[in-house]
Amino acid sequence: MEHIVIIGNGISGVTAARHIRKLSDKKITIVSAETNYFFSRTALMYVYMGHMKFEHTQPYENWFWKKNRIELLKGFVTSVNHEDKTLILAEGKELTYDKLIIATGSKPNKFGWPGQDLKGVQGLYSKQDLDQIEENAPNKEVCNRAVIVGGGLIGIELAEMLRSRKIPVTFLVRENSFWNGVLPSGESEMINEHILEHHIDLKLETNLVEILSDENGRAKAITTDKGETIECNVVGLTAGVTPNIDFLKDSGIELGRGVKVNRLLETNIKDIYAIGDCAEQHEGIGNRRPIEAVWYTGRMMGETLAQTICGKPREYNPGHWFNSAKFLDIEYQTYGWVFSERIKKEHENHFHWRHASEKICITVAYDKDSKKFLGINTFGIRMRHEMFDRWLTEERGVDYVMEYLKDANFDPEFYSHYEEKILSKYNSVMNTNLSPKKKSWKRIFSKPTRSEPVRQS
Amino acid sequence: MKAIQNIGLVIFLIGLAIFAAVPVLGTYKLDQNTFDEIVKEKNIKSDVFIQSINQNVVGKDFNGMLSLSPAISSALDAANSQHRKNKEYKKVIYTSGHDMAALVGKKSGAGFIAQNKGLMWFLTFGLGIIGALMFILPNVVLLGKKGIKNDGIYHESATNRGWIAWMVFVFLVSFYLVLYFRPEFAVNWTFLVDPISESLSGNPAGHWFVYGFMYCTVMTVMAVRMYIKYRHNVYQVVRTTSVLFFQIVFAFLIPEIMVRLQMPYYDFKNAFPLDYDFFFQWNLKSLLDSGGIGLFILVWGVVLTLVIVPVMVYFFGKRWYCSWVCGCGGLAETLGDPYRQHSSKSLFSWKVERWLIHGVLLFAVVMTGMTLYSFFTESGTVLGIKTQSVQNTYSLLIGAIFAGVIGTGFYPIFGNRVWCRFGCPLAAYLGFVQRFKSRFRITTNGGQCISCGNCSTYCEQGIDVRAYAQKGENIVRSSCVGCGVCSAVCPRGVLKLENGPEEGRINPTEVLLGNDVNLMELVNKK
Repeated sequence: MEHIVIIGNGISGVTAARHIRKLSDKKITIVSAETNYFFSRTALMYVYMGHMKFEHTQPYENWFWKKNRIELLKGFVTSVNHEDKTLILAEGKELTYDKLIIATGSKPNKFGWPGQDLKGVQGLYSKQDLDQIEENAPNKEVCNRAVIVGGGLIGIELAEMLRSRKIPVTFLVRENSFWNGVLPSGESEMINEHILEHHIDLKLETNLVEILSDENGRAKAITTDKGETIECNVVGLTAGVTPNIDFLKDSGIELGRGVKVNRLLETNIKDIYAIGDCAEQHEGIGNRRPIEAVWYTGRMMGETLAQTICGKPREYNPGHWFNSAKFLDIEYQTYGWVFSERIKKEHENHFHWRHASEKICITVAYDKDSKKFLGINTFGIRMRHEMFDRWLTEERGVDYVMEYLKDANFDPEFYSHYEEKILSKYNSVMNTNLSPKKKSWKRIFSKPTRSEPVRQS
Repeated sequence: MKAIQNIGLVIFLIGLAIFAAVPVLGTYKLDQNTFDEIVKEKNIKSDVFIQSINQNVVGKDFNGMLSLSPAISSALDAANSQHRKNKEYKKVIYTSGHDMAALVGKKSGAGFIAQNKGLMWFLTFGLGIIGALMFILPNVVLLGKKGIKNDGIYHESATNRGWIAWMVFVFLVSFYLVLYFRPEFAVNWTFLVDPISESLSGNPAGHWFVYGFMYCTVMTVMAVRMYIKYRHNVYQVVRTTSVLFFQIVFAFLIPEIMVRLQMPYYDFKNAFPLDYDFFFQWNLKSLLDSGGIGLFILVWGVVLTLVIVPVMVYFFGKRWYCSWVCGCGGLAETLGDPYRQHSSKSLFSWKVERWLIHGVLLFAVVMTGMTLYSFFTESGTVLGIKTQSVQNTYSLLIGAIFAGVIGTGFYPIFGNRVWCRFGCPLAAYLGFVQRFKSRFRITTNGGQCISCGNCSTYCEQGIDVRAYAQKGENIVRSSCVGCGVCSAVCPRGVLKLENGPEEGRINPTEVLLGNDVNLMELVNKK
């Protein structure tokens, strides 16, 4: 029986294993040193915040693996020998495979800051990081202040976590507004305000210079490039992630920042594949980046690769871009492409609407010339994924999308609706005279016209 | 703010302590006239019992129910055994010793509690309400910006099965045991609410009135908590208001007012088979004897179960009843909300659930069949089984122990919907309709789901919501009561409760959203 070995029990490795099992009878082994069972990494913050217990982050009960004949092996792979198809584990044990899937995910970036390896300095990525933060910052008495470095999604999540235990937080962001490399300015500014509302000491355009140590080798303060010294017990380093592939350096597998793969997710070496955060496409697909450290792309790659491995070769073909996040209390969803001012292209125009008092806004991107709809960001309004996916496929015009926006609203019942307000601002800005179309179940459930895109109507 | 909360907590605990102490306090003195009245009213023919009470109880002071109750019940037991021995069956008293003690206690309460009803109400209910509100209201500020906040739930003893939770468990279970099995200890509680009962129905309060009043009070106070916690979520606010309205108006006020107007006591929203004694002989008789209104109730009860319930479930799902109208649901959604995360999501509990809840439904239906057969044929047995004893078994096991003691008492340990999930026959019936013929579903957005597990953790019905959401499958489950909390706690806006068209209600998605595959090609390759 063919033996498939998967390194990493995150979402991509586990999805691959599950789908290989669905499609075949192969022997499957998942190797991981992090935890015994698969858990949702994105939920670690809720464990610290007391919303859940760690076992709640595990999507499958513990009997699931045995029942589905997926072998779990706790171990750390130190090297891969592709000539005799063997893995060397940390304790010197060996494991042979017929096909190998590398799904080792990523690790937090460290940029060589002085003091970055002191006690009390940590990232937020693994189960071990969670255990560590529970130790470093159990309450505001042990941790009088925390400094978080890096203005991205993990940074704001870490800030939210610490605030849930009333720990004072200083948040250093290199840019002049939160996440403005990704978010258009109106949205980024709204999140700045929201961060301050949560009593997080947001310092924009500020870089970490050094982490100072006390006599026991623990972080006691940091200095910034503004000449400030901030006393703190915990320093959170959340300046992004890089593929976790150090153990492959001498393996002969082609590496860039991540493991180089083609659209079939194959590496340069036969029978070795890479998926998830650690996989790097030779070229980005569409507007996507070659490495995408996103939950759902990991899952999709796992599913795709399972098909290939089980004899139905399928290319990894992610559809329209989408993503979501939550900034403290504000839910964010994006469909299609809305670029920030910093990276947006010449032909991309934005329509922005923001609620007068609530933290709710949307930004719609469209092509300046053809008025083709390019994408939407929503904050505080939930949207129906299928609708935008379809409209993007059908290449609808921005007017059409704005008229039919009610079809896409996915907010809970009885929530206030803003489509009329949005459209009236749109009409005044764009010099149009559109009126909102009533929500229609018929349209919502009509079959998408994937094969023949409709031109703008 | 924290200080106000702490003071509130102390005040609440004082009120609770007095409330818990009241049953064993108080003085009772039975005078001759009152006893003669009781004898007449209850049609007691046992000279042995009358003599024994006259000698040992009448005119004497009793301190607390602990001394009065044994005096009554031992006299009653002794009298009954003597009559049985002498085959004087007409003299046997069929009221239980506990009920008799409760009756005597109610009529002979003489001490401080019985004479200072208003003050005692304030010291128990009053302090409880004030303290609880002082504890709850500061959350408007303490919870910070509006938005779902479950911070620290698994760090608190009260909400993480710690010692506080176990104390609440013991208190609730004891309360229900007293209510169902030792009503004489509830006599002093009835004094506290006598003025309220008299102003509503004109009658002094019984122990079920205490329960009804307390139910409404607890729900109202805990609804305030819901309003604050879910103030960002209009669905939760509207739903809480609805369930509170139906409890106070339909389950509490209307039946009491009907009694005042000489009509039968009836809760118009309580549908069979949850209202399992609707077709019991005594109820049918009392309805048929009540003229037009009785007949109306009879027709309404049947129409409610056979027409209104399924039609409403078709349009709105089971939620219109279970989390918008039902009293059991109402208590679960208010008092029980802090415990919702404890419902087990394991496959094992799902298996238990399906056997148990459908078992209870079957039991209720068979029992009702027997009851109606007995009613129309006027025979006490069906196929050699006594209808009465089946009814008694159901009342005791399901009506009292399951629905009451376990159903509510186990909130802090097994989650707030123990009864609704494992026992309620009406929920099982609604569930059938919801599963197979309804417009209701929970639509999921599988693409955006990050499998974090908030939805599953906070599902009070123990549904593994995440298992569906991460596959992008719509959720059509018999047990879903549509409380909407999975949608409220989802950080990515993945879940939505919808009453849409029936087509496409169940959509097992072969391919996840986001992965673009040529569907025709995929199908051909299979």
